Amino acid sequence: MVEWPALSVIASRVQSGQLKAVDLVAKSLQAITDKREYQAIISTVTDRAKQRASQIDEKVKNGLSVGPLAGVPFIAKDNFLTFGGETTAASNILRGFKAPYQASAVEKLEDAGAVCVAKANLDAFAHGSSTENSDWFVTKNPHDKTRVPGGSSGGSTAAVILDLAPFALGTDTGGSIRLPASFCGAVGLKPTYGLVSRSGVVAMASSTDVIGPLTRTVEDAALVLDVMSGFDQLDSTMIERDNNPYTNLDTKIEGKKIGVVKEYMAEGLEPGVRVQIESAIDKFKKAGAQVTEVSLPSLPLALATYYIVCPAEVSSNLARYDGQRYGHSSKNAKDLDESYELSREEGFGLEAKRRIMIGTHVLSSGYYDAYYKKAQTVRTKIINEFHQAFTGYDFLIGPTAPMVAFKIGERTDDPLKMYLTDIITVAANMAGIPAISIPAGKSQGLPVGLQLIAPQRADRALLGIAKAFEELA
Amino acid sequence: MLFLAVVHGQRQSVILTFIEVMSKLTRKAVLKLAHLSRLKLSDEEVDRFAVELTHILEYVETLNSVDVRGLEPTYQITGLKNVTRGDEIKKYQAQPKDLLASAPAAKDGQYKVKRIVG
Repeated sequence: MVEWPALSVIASRVQSGQLKAVDLVAKSLQAITDKREYQAIISTVTDRAKQRASQIDEKVKNGLSVGPLAGVPFIAKDNFLTFGGETTAASNILRGFKAPYQASAVEKLEDAGAVCVAKANLDAFAHGSSTENSDWFVTKNPHDKTRVPGGSSGGSTAAVILDLAPFALGTDTGGSIRLPASFCGAVGLKPTYGLVSRSGVVAMASSTDVIGPLTRTVEDAALVLDVMSGFDQLDSTMIERDNNPYTNLDTKIEGKKIGVVKEYMAEGLEPGVRVQIESAIDKFKKAGAQVTEVSLPSLPLALATYYIVCPAEVSSNLARYDGQRYGHSSKNAKDLDESYELSREEGFGLEAKRRIMIGTHVLSSGYYDAYYKKAQTVRTKIINEFHQAFTGYDFLIGPTAPMVAFKIGERTDDPLKMYLTDIITVAANMAGIPAISIPAGKSQGLPVGLQLIAPQRADRALLGIAKAFEELA
Repeated sequence: MLFLAVVHGQRQSVILTFIEVMSKLTRKAVLKLAHLSRLKLSDEEVDRFAVELTHILEYVETLNSVDVRGLEPTYQITGLKNVTRGDEIKKYQAQPKDLLASAPAAKDGQYKVKRIVG
């Protein structure tokens, strides 16, 4: 039973006065309280959300137009800087931190009338694939409380499936939107690199970080992308958005060329996942798509490449947490050097430390060429194979993850085992291309995610084919 | 380290062979990395990371055998180059006092840190 109508429907009802933004915010906050046992939420932004909702209702009363997301409540992953409460990135080092400015993506959503009601749990600094690395608590999968929701946007995704709000924001550096979408049965979109401003989002790996929506439907994802994308002078990595709205979707399947990625269907795929993905492929074939197998032989290298590039960039991005300007500052330090070392030691969790040290190692003089430069060169190889594949195919298809949601604690004993969860999702990040995970049936009673991948800047086409699949399923 | 400095910049394959042998991180190497990372690790963490980081490095070193002859590294994925803007002062959401409000210690509109010089 889905509790929220489509985002466009909510907005038009608020604009017409049929629904009140204050009631929608109250409903969202009530759901957060009722379902707190899932631990999807770190904090609520109650006062500010209520205040903004009444302003929206007031505007409607005065006959003013509010925007395409009028009165729509949403939940932001806690690595988005927001007003009205704390932003912690689920890390002890940011405990109590109050953002002095808001993320540009959040500003754009607010300008369109959306209301941020809460901040969702994540793996601290988005380092993880299960939300178990949170310094606060572990979020539970809405379908089975003994299992993980996936990560790192696990809180945001669980929130959408638990109907805490009609949409949520996530970030995807190596799969952190698509993986939880797959594990929880949500729609998770990773847009083309640079399409949505990252200003005001806690940086992880800057050469692959993107922002995207978690929703129930593709149509909702398209609307959120349409609102969030577009130029922002505060992020110099931005590309130009499409002038045609991302909500204007082409859902024709007939004649579309779809490549089934051989390497993603290889051994290691859970049998129940394989059944659902093969069934999805059949549906595309029956609907008139030209579906054939395609091989990208370097894809199995993407994860090793990622686990050099990502920690390298993490080690640089986390250097700013020095205990002097904001965040945790050790009370036990005698001098400045010790203040750096103790603030970071006390504030960072194990996974952040692991990545900082791996990153420092691969970037150090003498090792740089062998690790970082080599990885970025293998990255070129992967990109070239995607380019080659997209000369013959409109889209690539496969599973989002080789498995369904695993048990809490099952993969925490070995960091490498956890890293392998991202084995399929990371390649799209390395190539900067858009990819989406959409629900494609269940295995052992748990959701399976189908991943569709498109060339850079083909986000609208990707959303179109995803919506077409949604209509078939 | 001296050996590395000599071979660095000559034949990459020489470095790779060397690193294959070097991927095991000793306690001493972990402590050096911790210092470079400004982390005061506990003894338990040092032992733990010596094992875990070695394990992770062994995995990523599978790239050593990949042939990348004729390829250049990719650092910017959408092909942007030299993104610039006018050098103008613009009013921004956060003012200096808002930023200083998050500081552990501030004085006279500046961050206050522990004494650096004698």
